[in-house]
Amino acid sequence: MDIDTANQTATERLMSARPILKGIATARDVIPGMKDNLYLHAGPPIEWARMSGPLRGAIIGAMLFEGAAASEAEATSMVERGEVEFDSCHHHGTVGPMAGVTSASMKVYVVENAEHGNKSFSNLNEGYGKVLRYGAFSDDVLKKLRWMNDVLGTALADALAASNGIDMRALIAEALHMGDEGHNRNKAGSLLYLKLLAPLIAKTMRDSAAMSEVLQFIGDNALSVLNPVMAACKAMTDAAHGVDGSTIVTTMARNGTDFGIRVSGLGEKQWFTAPAEIPVGLFFSGFSQADANPDIGDSAITETAGIGGFAMATAPAIVTFVGGTPKDAINATLEMYEITAGESKFFTMPSLDFRGTPTGIDIRKVVELGITPRINTGIAHKNAGIGQVGAGLIRAPLSIFEQALLAYAEKYGL
Amino acid sequence: MTVIKWNVRAGAYYDSVVLMQLQRGLLGLPGVADAGVVMATPANRDLLAANNLLPEAVTANPDDLLIVVKAESDASAEAAIGQVDELLARRKSSSVSQDFRPRSLSGAVKQLPEANWVLISVPGRYAAGVAREALELGKHVFLYSDNVSLEDEIALKKFAREKGLLVMGPDCGTAIINGIGLGFANRVRRGNIGVVGASGTGTQAVTAHIHELGGGISHAIGTGGRDLKSEVGAITAHQALDVLARDDQTKVIALISKPPSPNVATQLISAAQGTGKPVVIYFIGYPAPARKIGNLRFAISLSEAAELAVKIGDLRLETTKKSPISSLYLRGLFSGGTLAFEAMVGLQASLSPIYSNGPITPNQNLKDPLKSEAHSIIDLGDEFFMVGRLHPMIDNDLRIRRMKQEAADPEVGMILFDVVLGEGSHIDPAGELVPVIKEIREQRLVTSDLEFVAIVIGTSDDPQNLQSQVSVLEDAGVKVFRSTTEAMEYVSLRFSSKKKYEFTPVNLEQLKQSLAAINVGLESFYDSLTSQGAQAVHVEWKPPASGNEKMATLLAKMRK
Repeated sequence: MDIDTANQTATERLMSARPILKGIATARDVIPGMKDNLYLHAGPPIEWARMSGPLRGAIIGAMLFEGAAASEAEATSMVERGEVEFDSCHHHGTVGPMAGVTSASMKVYVVENAEHGNKSFSNLNEGYGKVLRYGAFSDDVLKKLRWMNDVLGTALADALAASNGIDMRALIAEALHMGDEGHNRNKAGSLLYLKLLAPLIAKTMRDSAAMSEVLQFIGDNALSVLNPVMAACKAMTDAAHGVDGSTIVTTMARNGTDFGIRVSGLGEKQWFTAPAEIPVGLFFSGFSQADANPDIGDSAITETAGIGGFAMATAPAIVTFVGGTPKDAINATLEMYEITAGESKFFTMPSLDFRGTPTGIDIRKVVELGITPRINTGIAHKNAGIGQVGAGLIRAPLSIFEQALLAYAEKYGL
Repeated sequence: MTVIKWNVRAGAYYDSVVLMQLQRGLLGLPGVADAGVVMATPANRDLLAANNLLPEAVTANPDDLLIVVKAESDASAEAAIGQVDELLARRKSSSVSQDFRPRSLSGAVKQLPEANWVLISVPGRYAAGVAREALELGKHVFLYSDNVSLEDEIALKKFAREKGLLVMGPDCGTAIINGIGLGFANRVRRGNIGVVGASGTGTQAVTAHIHELGGGISHAIGTGGRDLKSEVGAITAHQALDVLARDDQTKVIALISKPPSPNVATQLISAAQGTGKPVVIYFIGYPAPARKIGNLRFAISLSEAAELAVKIGDLRLETTKKSPISSLYLRGLFSGGTLAFEAMVGLQASLSPIYSNGPITPNQNLKDPLKSEAHSIIDLGDEFFMVGRLHPMIDNDLRIRRMKQEAADPEVGMILFDVVLGEGSHIDPAGELVPVIKEIREQRLVTSDLEFVAIVIGTSDDPQNLQSQVSVLEDAGVKVFRSTTEAMEYVSLRFSSKKKYEFTPVNLEQLKQSLAAINVGLESFYDSLTSQGAQAVHVEWKPPASGNEKMATLLAKMRK
């Protein structure tokens, strides 16, 4: 078995995947294995007892949203009685930012990989402030969620139904030429998204007041496109999973307690985990490093697909995360080439003479060089419901790549 | 009363320059009496122990960074160790936003694809791995690292030869490629003298002296000190001679080495003869066979090697019309023991294998003095032959019989003999030998020519009359010389094989391109490259898997 060839195959599958945003649907209707008492969450699988504050808060919020429980206390006791099931989003083709909690009634984006046929899903982005994904579940949070499900979700569903789908690969490629790296910065991508949606919404929505609200909401939220981008990255990385003999990473995800990865040539549900670290970053005023929760969210799927922290060179506006100068941003991307098997054919960076982004993390290179993947990330408050406190950088822990290497050696008899 | 504190950082590799700066930084801190910061290799541990800086309780592996501080008090020692990270960081603060420094060779190649050279100065046990990777990437290697095993050296060089690449080293200190010095090299002008050096300082001495004399260097190719051992077989030196022979810029070649293995010397001399360019050879500590043999000049010192190289820049090569007889053997039948020995000294480097009953080294010993083998030099005045017989200077009988015996061997192409005149000697040696020579010529069955060469020692006042002896010999077609040295040059030339060694040639165009290189290891080599105007990328190298043996072994398996 030739590992390099297997990795080429996996990386080629990842790059050639063509994620198309097809529409919006209710989770229970489209997500494989979804059921009423199942709550999906970000990161590797985790039991209630070990969940961090923001994740617990988001699950309680989702149970209230579903009407499964009437109060925090009832939700908690239901969980403790074992009436509720949890699973990793990734086991269901799904991704979600931060807590990533997705329940049966929620509207989700449906992305289809036109090249390989696999589908992926992601919930709708709630914007800033107190939001479920940071563990908030107050009445106004739930009210916004209901509006998103009923008004925003329906509008998006109708608009997308009137289109041939949105080519997410093209959208991301264009946004990367406009200063986004696709993870922490999605300003350009969100505007492109709004540009594509606006005529469709105008065509399908009758109520002009509601239409104004919807357009305002999408336009005000510079993270509007993050969730479809993540679903697109999920469709790409899932296409790269399961290549026999490949050492390419197909998932990096955090649940607020553990950081986990999966590897193409190893099992579908085989995770390698280590305690999630606390991101180092810049904080919103009034908050400090001491408020930060350990790393959380599925958004590291962007880095897994070769954008986000890996495409730092193309996002000069946010270079303060990496040291302050555009050169530092370029160096951050150059460093990631050291641990990747290929360069994207579609995502290119003007500042590097349109070189493709570093794509396909090879666990061998990570262990050999001791260089771990860089991830740009939002930082959650460690207490449920307070929300985002900053943004910064985290590196995946080296030990999980070493574990994966050992598991690989065992599976392949090395 | 002083206290010693230490701190071990597993798998943290820094080059020694950084560590020395850190050490100096620590010494400047209040209360610190002494400090040592090293990679904890056995050699470095010894060094610390010698400075009373290695308490017995210290346990550290060679991949570990070991920081030891001796201070007036616990507090000062702790404080100093606490400063380590800051001191390390201080060095970097001035170089914030520097160009990206890759950690892998493949990363460096992407950054500087035009680099044809990789300079390697990482610790010896990692060096072979890095060198192999460089060769796999199609790059020539300058391997400064020492402590590379002989097996690794042989494997690397064979692999390189297959790919038409050079491995200069291991333990190669000096090279100059297209005007750019690699490792330790002097700034010398460009010129027409190419150097092949198995000794770094030897190469420096010769190139610097050439510069002082007004000459210049085309390329100086290092080979590493062990290249000329018989196990390695001078793979790099042969490649270097071959590429310099093809290089139009190179008019003269200087070949410098500590004493080579005799068989390797023979092969190199024949390769040098095959270059068709003047070659100055200095095998330090190895007796020069002659002052010159055809296109070869043998120097007796580094400075003389430089002088000869400069002097013979415009030498016109002598050409002989006769076709060489390299496939046949020489038999030397001497009456004078010292003359025989001088002939051995002169021929052992260019004729191989050569045997004698008066050998220089034990492996040249002729098993049976009565029976010649391959090339043989026989001292017929040796006491073995003298039992019940007169000395061959008086009685030619033994020599005449031996001459016939040798002539009967179809593989013999030349018979060499001495004629020593003077008081006490036979009154007409030429008169006795010439009829025999004529008889041999007439009777020889094989078609191949048999040459006779004589060294005649004597004066015109000698009873035998030197002039008449010489003319009798010459009339019989014997080539006559008046000294061993001249005779040896003639014999060496007649037997020169100018053998062509078959291997993938090194791409000459790559040598001629402006040098671009990747540096792995000592940062000072990178600084030196860039200050000479060469394009270079420095690899921020660390041991594979940060020194984690288990992971490194696994990764090695996965690479196959």
